[in-house]
Amino acid sequence: MTDDDKCVKDVRNEGANIVVVLSGTVDMHHTPEVHKALVSACNRKPQNLVINMEEVTYMDSSGIGTLVEVFRRVNGYQGKLALCGLNERVHSVFEITKLDKFFKIYDTETEALAG
Amino acid sequence: MSEGNREPFGEALRLTITSDTSNVAKVRATTLETAERVGFAETDASAIALAIDEAVCNVIKHGYSGRPGNPIDILLEPVRDDNRIGLQITIRDRAAHVDPAQIMGRDLEDVRPGGLGTHIIKTVMDEVEYKHRQPEGMRLRLLKWIDSQSHIDDCQVDCSGKEKPADD
Repeated sequence: MTDDDKCVKDVRNEGANIVVVLSGTVDMHHTPEVHKALVSACNRKPQNLVINMEEVTYMDSSGIGTLVEVFRRVNGYQGKLALCGLNERVHSVFEITKLDKFFKIYDTETEALAG
Repeated sequence: MSEGNREPFGEALRLTITSDTSNVAKVRATTLETAERVGFAETDASAIALAIDEAVCNVIKHGYSGRPGNPIDILLEPVRDDNRIGLQITIRDRAAHVDPAQIMGRDLEDVRPGGLGTHIIKTVMDEVEYKHRQPEGMRLRLLKWIDSQSHIDDCQVDCSGKEKPADD
């Protein structure tokens, strides 16, 4: 996998929170990289773990499954997980799997951090 | 291939890949392009590509237990019956037999990782049929119709990209 092909674009601290910025295609081929970054972020136990998906163009069930697992980890230490910036196509996958109401989904990163 | 009044039209497209996750993007792109050429709206074409992605990933993950290098054959066929145009996709592998009755989407109220792919396939596609191949492998046939008679009347381009002759 080349650098251009990587899904995890940025991981940064925002006070007691961590923002993970994803981009491109989050499919079965790329989820190991995403899983590793998100588990690493969880292990730091941020108050809010925000996953910015503004630049994610595609996500399949392996990506969704990774987010469910991360939710469980965050929930395990009483933290919060928030997603933001989902485009219509990505949001539709959450709708099909009926997880659009399960996750806290915000339009913007600012709203997600405030939520 | 003919089931009932259903018949193929235009050019079928065959893709043969190996069970490497890096190949799934190619399948997705080809499916999206074919579905749009058949006449599906972008939203529906994207959903079909997602369903095929899930089906191929299931073959890689469950059929071949994640082992790369095994064959997966994908056939994309535009089909039509008396009233509708659709896209049929047949996925063949050489993995171990699975009881088709055991392949089912799970209860989504039980929120946990995994098991969502089959639910997506069954939600998106109109027909989903698993069969054993002999002596080994599975065949998955998926079909999605464009539910619009007016679309067929308006469609002047067949899936091969050639202009259809105008009716007299």
